[in-house]
Amino acid sequence: MHINFQKIIPPVDFCSLRYVTEISEKLSVRQNVVESPIHTHDTGVMLTVIHQGGLGYAATSDLSEAGLRKAVAKAQMWAEHSRNHMVIDLTQITMPQTQGEYTSKVEQTWDSISINDKLDLLRQEASQCKLNTKIVDWETSLQTIQTEEIYLTNTGSEIHQQFQYLLPNIKVIANQGVETQRRTFSDSSNGQQGGWEILDKLNFSGKGKVLADEALQLLAAPNCPNECMAVMLAPDQMILQIHESIGHPLELDRILGDERNYAGTTFVSLDMFGNYQYGSELLNVTFDPTIANQFASYGFDDEGLAAEKTYIIKNGRLLTPLGGTISQVRANIAGVANARANSWNRPPIDRMANLNVEAGDSSFNDMLSSIEKGILMRTNSSWSIDDSRNKFQFGCEWGQLIENGELTQVVKNPNYRGISATFWRNLSKVGDDSTLFGVPNCGKGEPNQVMRVGHASPTCVFTDIDVFGGV
Amino acid sequence: MQEYFYTLADFINTQLQGNEIYLAEFIAEQSDFVRFNKAQILQPGSVEQRYLVIELIDGQRHVNEQLTLSGELNTDYERLTSSIRKLRNQLPHVPADPYLLYATTVNSTESIGTNNLLDAKDAVTEILTTTGDFVGIYASGGIFTGFANSFGQRNWHSSYTFNFDWSLYHSKDKAVKSAYAGFNWDSTEFQSKITNSINQLDILKQTPRTIKPGKYRVYLAPNALFEIFQLLMWDSFGLKSHRTKNTPLLRILEGQHLHPSITIMENIKDGTAPSFQSQGFIKPNQVSLIKQGIYDEALISPRSAKEYNMNTNGANDDEYPTSLDLAAGAFATDKILKELDTGIYINNLWYLNYSDRAACRMTGMTRFATFWVEQGEIVAPLNVMRWDETLYNILGDKLIALTAEREFIMEADTYEVRSTNSARLPGALVEDFTFTL
Repeated sequence: MHINFQKIIPPVDFCSLRYVTEISEKLSVRQNVVESPIHTHDTGVMLTVIHQGGLGYAATSDLSEAGLRKAVAKAQMWAEHSRNHMVIDLTQITMPQTQGEYTSKVEQTWDSISINDKLDLLRQEASQCKLNTKIVDWETSLQTIQTEEIYLTNTGSEIHQQFQYLLPNIKVIANQGVETQRRTFSDSSNGQQGGWEILDKLNFSGKGKVLADEALQLLAAPNCPNECMAVMLAPDQMILQIHESIGHPLELDRILGDERNYAGTTFVSLDMFGNYQYGSELLNVTFDPTIANQFASYGFDDEGLAAEKTYIIKNGRLLTPLGGTISQVRANIAGVANARANSWNRPPIDRMANLNVEAGDSSFNDMLSSIEKGILMRTNSSWSIDDSRNKFQFGCEWGQLIENGELTQVVKNPNYRGISATFWRNLSKVGDDSTLFGVPNCGKGEPNQVMRVGHASPTCVFTDIDVFGGV
Repeated sequence: MQEYFYTLADFINTQLQGNEIYLAEFIAEQSDFVRFNKAQILQPGSVEQRYLVIELIDGQRHVNEQLTLSGELNTDYERLTSSIRKLRNQLPHVPADPYLLYATTVNSTESIGTNNLLDAKDAVTEILTTTGDFVGIYASGGIFTGFANSFGQRNWHSSYTFNFDWSLYHSKDKAVKSAYAGFNWDSTEFQSKITNSINQLDILKQTPRTIKPGKYRVYLAPNALFEIFQLLMWDSFGLKSHRTKNTPLLRILEGQHLHPSITIMENIKDGTAPSFQSQGFIKPNQVSLIKQGIYDEALISPRSAKEYNMNTNGANDDEYPTSLDLAAGAFATDKILKELDTGIYINNLWYLNYSDRAACRMTGMTRFATFWVEQGEIVAPLNVMRWDETLYNILGDKLIALTAEREFIMEADTYEVRSTNSARLPGALVEDFTFTL
């Protein structure tokens, strides 16, 4: 790749090559039947040219010298055509010049476990789910993804990054008449970087039976009441709250208006950074791609900027937006290394990486005992927010009322709604124990991109929240 | 591209051993993507990608892999040989699959599109003549889908389309969303759409109205209704979701009805998606999903057909409609404002999800050009509102009328590949639509 790139570099101000190859395997068992293993092997490159104020990219899966030559010519064509028409003043931008490596920490590789052992584990979990005839569907799966990225530029950048992910999944559905309830340990939130050892860290074994039992409890439970009360959000709901009402509003490309036709705009403006009180003083949020095993850890973003931990919100005050090299220059504000593309065939845009709420000092029991009337919600099931990232409504799989400091009645279809700009100011307790999560399916961008992001959070308590149930 | 895929298919045949069978699906595109912001170019580029999904079958055992093709024959022969070797090595470790079903009767078809696209550079040049603060994306190029199997079946579908999807902004979140999609770029038609957007933008310049939560009479334009269906199409119409009680239409299966004017079908004949699927089955022209408000048929993939002992109707593995068709009503679109009288004219909805899935109660936001209407006249733009309502109200008890005119919507989705899905829908006049925040 290096040799072919050197051969095809045109005489332009800036040229980069981003090579991505990704290999995955997914094993599934549904209702105790092993489904066909699914493999993917995706390989391609993106060539980007910046020249005399114009920009263009071209992506191809033809990695030969001829293929790269054809692609770079197309990128040059777009750079030529866009000159004098770019919304970005590219003459003001110096792309990072970096060398480095990053490799996911893996203790036990996926390939070191036989397929029979992997399927046995999935069958074992699946076999625990059918507790009675009200359990109507259940499935277990494991997916591994191995990614290699090489980033080269005509200015001497050379970055090599290797990632390994594991995504476990269990889903159980219970039904009686016109009521269906589900409990999940979902690959939409539980992915981490690493190998087989991740399953022990996540206590995967035995989860199927627990989820099935909880689905049956929900099926027999009354609807969540409709009233204003304290809400205690478990980490697997906090991640959606962070993602939708902190992460997306703070993306610089949204603030700059790039996403107004699709993913939306934001209520946040540039003048808020440094002085706006985003939440209560208990709120501390970091952009941290340095945590071993967290889903979106990396050494460098896809424009070669070195990644480091940065406070986004400190003691409730808004400090730093989520924007990469180009957005930072456009907005004239410091950001983070988050220009990321979901693969070789999409260009980098501002994305979350690991965006985490830092742990506080309240134990679970302290938080619980502080609530006279409230509800504990676990595991996100529904998410919706306006295009300015303000009016939100979220639903969870599991609700349990809190009365006089004690967990009491289980309730189904728990939902709550609020407004981002005021919600975080109602943060009254932050737990002392944080949990890592990975979200593999964050959609954004034109052309559309599905991105892997990570979140970590403790359990948190919010006061005076509008809570409601189902029909 | 077609000949290339068929050459690869012939090559796969030569690599089989013993009783092995293969199924192969080809998914490729040559696309230009140009993003705009503030009436200037943001990110222009091109993507050329070719994927092949190969499924190796021996008896009831099967394994598959999706791999990238380079477009260079010898390189791709090597990739395929390596892939087949990997799948063959795994086959003995995989149990027999009782629900494996694939077409064994050869049914070859081809639908070959003609490339009448304007050069993307020229389209971009014309788009840049538009004035005002617009933001969006122009996507164009060829989309290619193929199927082949070891029985000799060959299917091909190609189309050359463009889709300019943009929003013209007044300020903050006040904008008019528009789309111009098709096969032949017509400058007159494009300019007409631009003029329409500018005219609607004038209304958005007025002081916006904020309403209190409550129940309102609304008109859902076809694009807004399509947002509801885009949520609904996930897991609602497939046999697997019905039998596992996971469908949001659970209550329809249990006997609850929608309004008698609601007739929904998968209308492959009048859509833009391929008429074949990845196990080689051919889709019928139409599948009736809901007829006059009552559940009719499900989309049945080959796997579900085998599992539930039914006949497949050629649905894709995800049993997701690709060519949705909601029958027209009898109400003239030009009388909508008069009939709406006092209420809300909604052009677009946004970010829908379920607040009670089993009851098909959904929530979402208004977005873009939404107007407050009084006595049949648009009075002001409306600030965004959250709504929360069941389908049994929207398209059931509270549905007043569907429009006689329908809109043909070509999906602008570009996740992984450019979508070939489409929908044909009327607008809907609904009373007592619940806004919550």
